[in-house]
Amino acid sequence: MEKVLLRNIDVPDSHALAVYRSRGGYRAWEKVVQSMKPEQLIEEVKASGLRGRGGAGFPTGMKWSFVPKDSPKPKYLVCNADESEPGTFKDRLLMEKDPHATVEGTLIAAYAIQSHTAFIYIRGELAFGAGVLERAVDEATQAGYIGRNILGSGYDVDVIVHRGAGAYICGEETALLSSLEGGRGWPKLKPPFPATHGLFGCPTVVNNVETLAALPWIIEHGAAAYAAMGTEKSKGTKLFSVSGHISKPGVYELEMGYPFVKFLDEDCGGVPNGRKLKGVIPGGGSMPVLRPDELEKVNLDYESVQAAGSLLGSGGVIVMDDTTCMVRAAWNLARFFAHESCGQCSPCREGCHWMEKIFRRIEQGEGDKDDLGLILNVSGNIMGNTICPFGDAAAMPAAAFIKKYREEFEEHIAQKRCTVRME
Amino acid sequence: MALEFSPETYKKFEETIARYPKKEAAMLPVLCLAQKEFGYLGQEAIEYVAQLMGQPPARVQGVVSFYTMLNPKPVGRHNIQVCRTLPCALRGAEKLTSFLKKTLDIELGQTTGDGRFTLSEVECLASCGTAPMMQINDDYYENLTDEKVTEILASLK
Repeated sequence: MEKVLLRNIDVPDSHALAVYRSRGGYRAWEKVVQSMKPEQLIEEVKASGLRGRGGAGFPTGMKWSFVPKDSPKPKYLVCNADESEPGTFKDRLLMEKDPHATVEGTLIAAYAIQSHTAFIYIRGELAFGAGVLERAVDEATQAGYIGRNILGSGYDVDVIVHRGAGAYICGEETALLSSLEGGRGWPKLKPPFPATHGLFGCPTVVNNVETLAALPWIIEHGAAAYAAMGTEKSKGTKLFSVSGHISKPGVYELEMGYPFVKFLDEDCGGVPNGRKLKGVIPGGGSMPVLRPDELEKVNLDYESVQAAGSLLGSGGVIVMDDTTCMVRAAWNLARFFAHESCGQCSPCREGCHWMEKIFRRIEQGEGDKDDLGLILNVSGNIMGNTICPFGDAAAMPAAAFIKKYREEFEEHIAQKRCTVRME
Repeated sequence: MALEFSPETYKKFEETIARYPKKEAAMLPVLCLAQKEFGYLGQEAIEYVAQLMGQPPARVQGVVSFYTMLNPKPVGRHNIQVCRTLPCALRGAEKLTSFLKKTLDIELGQTTGDGRFTLSEVECLASCGTAPMMQINDDYYENLTDEKVTEILASLK
């Protein structure tokens, strides 16, 4: 498989403009800005089958096409670099090692919707990555790829690297826009969608780093070459960040549809120390856990993972071996969501803390036999009852842990202690 | 005397707001400038930023209380934040926190008597493949062992 996203990662000084250009960098941008019409670019990306890599998997070209062409308001393109999903560290690698690919992708997307101001919203904790991106933007500006009348095309665009200040919810696109407007990172009701009413009420597109970083390759090699990789509905390649009990943790680029078990056992070296696999979260901490027996026929693409009862999400693969206490794992994630709930919607604000407390008391040997039903009840009352997907993201994994490891939870409650101990 | 930016920081403030299509969008970068200048964002700093940004102090306070990186209280010179989320927990984050508590002789949320270190736990820092890890001020320290932590602490004065 030809690497689309990680093609420059191992090249020395891959963050420098000269190196990026020597590898063909900014040729796609030159082609787009000098010879393509926005509609033509949107059609090309639609034909590539590229889907949003932030987690939702929405077709990128289609998202762009929702931006009204005749709006008198300014339009904004925002690169979502607020990577915070537990188990996900792919965008960080791209930004730190190959920042110009993110910048070039941002420019291409901005051109597609004819935006003249683009933001890269990076989570504040990634200070190193933000610095690398800022230097990349400066270099690209000096080289004439960013600014006014770019390469004589008459097109202007400015790119602003904007640092967040620590809030998971800002990875949700409407929360990110609230944050960029200078307020608390509170999600907004959809519709209206950001494509028509986004940043400051203006048409806005928010695309993930990995989505944007794929664009230069797609333009350079053509939509057909990209669509030739992957499966019928999940085209191209995707990054997977693997963590937890695995021999070779890290970021891997795979053609969509790659067999999950083969990936874990061969590419990632399997579970170390002679232990057995107990469960895997395939798409970041918001996604339901899968038991080993559920992995057999799963391939790493949106449809296959969904058919197995989970979601591909961000591609954050968290591996747990047989020393993992699933009660403690469930509590850990419940605590994450309780901490990160923005507090706007009552079912999520109250429910996440309620679930965290119940998981904690079971973990501490003070659980009651009715507690599991109670968590499922709370989780069911959060699902679908909040203005943003955070509620579902908190509810789904909680319910999945109980449904799939029920015996372990019951034993924990009956024996009033943990029978498996995490390191 | 009321708090205010030094001339250099004030210049940075002006450059920052000039970058943005609307002044209010610069709220987070301006608060970060203020935190760097004043050490933390207490009431006086909030009122100063509110005045600079032309916003009610209550709105600025609301922003400060929403984001984990904005500190309403003073922290030590080296602000140690250990990631506690699942991927790090699977690879020894709890042991790391215990070791730090023991070594520094403080509990979570506390600062050492000499003002050198503050210790806390935070949620996922996108460093799951190199767990366990901690962030100290702007820097990430990854694949930690007790020996490495001892060395790192000794290097931070």
